[in-house]
Amino acid sequence: MEETRKLAVQMKNITKTFGSKVVANHNVNLELRQGEILALLGENGSGKTTLMNMLSGIYFPDHGSIYINGKEETIRSPKDAFALGIGMIHQHFKLVDVMTAAENIVLGLPGKVMLDRKAANQKVKELADRYEFEIDPTKKIYNMAVSEKQTVEIIKVLYRGADILILDEPTAVLTPQETEKLFAVLRNMKKDGKSIIIITHKLHEVLAISDRVTILRKGEYIGTVDTLKTNQSELTEMMVGRKISLAIDRPEMKEKKEILKVIDLTCLNSDGVKTLDSVTFSAYGGEILGVAGIAGSGQKELCEAIAGLYPAVGGSVLYESEVDGVEVKERILGLKPDEISKKGISMAFVPEDRLGMGLVAGMDMTDNVMLRGYKNNKGIFVDRKKPRELAQKLIQDLEIVTPGVDTPVGRLSGGNVQKVLLGREIACQPRVLIVAYPVRGLDINSSYRIYDLLNEQKKKGVAVIFIGEDLDVLMDLSDRLMVLCGGRVSGIVDPRTKTKEDIGLMMIKVADQKAEVKE
Amino acid sequence: MSHEAEHKEPLIRMTKRDAMAPKKAWLIRGIAFLGALLTGALLILVLGHNPILVYKDMVVGAFGSRTVIYETVKLTVPLLITAIGISFAFKMKFWNIGAEGQILVGAVAAGYFGLFMATVLPKIPLVICMIVSSMLAGGLYGLLPAVCKAKWGTNETLFTLMLNYIALAFIKFLMNGPWKAKGSSFPKIDMLHKGARLTKILGVHWGWIVALILVVLSWIYFNKTKQGYEIAVVGESNNTARYAGINVSKVFIRTMFLSGALCGLVGMFQVAGADYTITESTAGGVGFTAITVAWLAKMNPYGMLLVAGFIAMLERGSNTIQTIYKIPASASELLTGIILFFMLGCEFFITYKLILRGRKEEQDA
Repeated sequence: MEETRKLAVQMKNITKTFGSKVVANHNVNLELRQGEILALLGENGSGKTTLMNMLSGIYFPDHGSIYINGKEETIRSPKDAFALGIGMIHQHFKLVDVMTAAENIVLGLPGKVMLDRKAANQKVKELADRYEFEIDPTKKIYNMAVSEKQTVEIIKVLYRGADILILDEPTAVLTPQETEKLFAVLRNMKKDGKSIIIITHKLHEVLAISDRVTILRKGEYIGTVDTLKTNQSELTEMMVGRKISLAIDRPEMKEKKEILKVIDLTCLNSDGVKTLDSVTFSAYGGEILGVAGIAGSGQKELCEAIAGLYPAVGGSVLYESEVDGVEVKERILGLKPDEISKKGISMAFVPEDRLGMGLVAGMDMTDNVMLRGYKNNKGIFVDRKKPRELAQKLIQDLEIVTPGVDTPVGRLSGGNVQKVLLGREIACQPRVLIVAYPVRGLDINSSYRIYDLLNEQKKKGVAVIFIGEDLDVLMDLSDRLMVLCGGRVSGIVDPRTKTKEDIGLMMIKVADQKAEVKE
Repeated sequence: MSHEAEHKEPLIRMTKRDAMAPKKAWLIRGIAFLGALLTGALLILVLGHNPILVYKDMVVGAFGSRTVIYETVKLTVPLLITAIGISFAFKMKFWNIGAEGQILVGAVAAGYFGLFMATVLPKIPLVICMIVSSMLAGGLYGLLPAVCKAKWGTNETLFTLMLNYIALAFIKFLMNGPWKAKGSSFPKIDMLHKGARLTKILGVHWGWIVALILVVLSWIYFNKTKQGYEIAVVGESNNTARYAGINVSKVFIRTMFLSGALCGLVGMFQVAGADYTITESTAGGVGFTAITVAWLAKMNPYGMLLVAGFIAMLERGSNTIQTIYKIPASASELLTGIILFFMLGCEFFITYKLILRGRKEEQDA
């Protein structure tokens, strides 16, 4: 029976190059059956998104042909793709913040001059009920959490009558619980006859949701397997090209010394809402403190407040240091980053927004490496000699793939960008290292390299604060795990004694505690 | 297989290029220039003249004799210094379109000394006073929008634009009121005292030497100094700058002072070196043309030297053909416009490439 089912999408021998050197896809084949969920698996930079962009009309292939429902088609623009019933949900949402969900969904559709909001809301609600989405059509986008925005994007595509849906790494921004909800919706859509391609690099998700898996590696088509007949290690091997161990090392350190103490840290955002609420914890040298939480639970504010980039209204951050052989605790909250470093405090921070905060995308590696210490030499001129040497050393030590130190870092791949950033921060020889989502968007090899680097720092006695999103990784890597929820600490636990579900509950639990306190 | 795809491809596609080889980029610029000349030739033909002769006279009009070369250099100097000044602000993505106003206040400050102190002070201290006061005035005038942006996040584009009109109105006030020439029924300001007029070196006031020095100095400032590095970081991302411990407000304020000061200096050169008086057209659009210069040169001071010279040549040349061929001023400005349009337009083809149906991308690269 399987063979007689019609193919919703067939892509044959697709090749796409960018410029003269970069071959994003080379002779790639892909078949999507009607009413199935196909996982498109590959590491970052393996050409998954490029391939799907050709299906949705954003790029045009150099070679090859595309068949939709058995007929050869030319897809020149996203409009063509929509006409064929193909809709893509991108990683970065394209929504108008000040409009409601329903307004965003009907935006750009042909219709009368006046928008019938009531009818639009009604139709959105019907769609939501059919597939069991949770959405309020009249809610404004700026009031929405990331998962809600994603829902709007999916409904937008369905509203336009798409039968073939492409989701580009949809779970990257979701908690375990939200991911489960999304998968339930996807299964409902499958039952309804929709054909779905889900791009991902997370193996357990592939196994949980898909019917078949197509694997790409470095732009090449590797193969397609039935999900039921495969397992994690086979998929990893196909994806990476060799067998690798997925275990994360957690070296035990004997000597632990308190280096950073955060007491009752409280921050407000511009609307006067508490983004951090009496956060108290200590970070010890020789330990990795993991920080878990739903996206937007105060992780960003926590990092930036400690680094001197976000104003705090209360609390204290104390830094352990030695003055004339006497141990003292120095208050650093409220100091600007340059004031902190002037005090001789070596704190390194790898922010979430690598190219928007940690690095300058348009500058080359030398100038980026220089960012931290360019003030250190005397005189009015910058010294590019030492940063240049450091940049070259980083390229060697961390195996950064780049044409050279003069290439703008914005042109490097995500993993290499992160290596430049982390490498620079480690080169400052910090005593405290704060890293926010350091492996986001990185392939398996780069991710494990980053974990190794963090462990190396831990062994050197650095206090590492690791803000993560993948609970499996957080639980394997951290010595202690702090869980944030709505800007409050819902607990600091030993991850060796807890389950993923325990942590998941803590991520949404503080609200209950609050209620108890009120009683 | 690719045969089938061929006639189904869209007619023209646009993709961003990798960095293009400089040789090829210059070839494209050359072709664009030829294209501009050809298009301009059509215009001249329509007006009933011989394009080759007209073009020849444009060049002769700009470089043909000692006198016209002096005039061309005189036009280049303010354009060049203003473009350098503007690029200080533009490098940090601070859109200072208030160079006109900064030139004017610089001119007024220098004019004060030139008009009223020339009999009191000997020449050298007088000129130093004029330089310092014009730069201070221009710098402070540039500082105003920078401080407001740093403190309250005001929009610098609108702010600097509006300041232009204020400066212009202030000059009109001076012309009609306090500084009105004695005995004149016409609203105008007296000519500068002889002692305040700038010495000529090789036929042109010494502003051209300053301009050349500024080209070198500004290049060093942008590329070799810590402050120049800070400007570049702030221009790329305010957030990264804050993260790196750069005081963004301070950089805004410091850089805008320098930007305005250079524009103010232009005002001094215009008053004491070229016009010897202050009028409503002392700035004469230089502050806006300089924006074109800075962009065409991609904020590179050496490039600005070339572009400013080129634009000055166009202006001189179009003046000449107006008188020789009785071509209306609007038509000769149209000609200048066509050439600039082509030169700016060709940058698009240097950044992007168009792929015609059936062509493969690899062939082009």
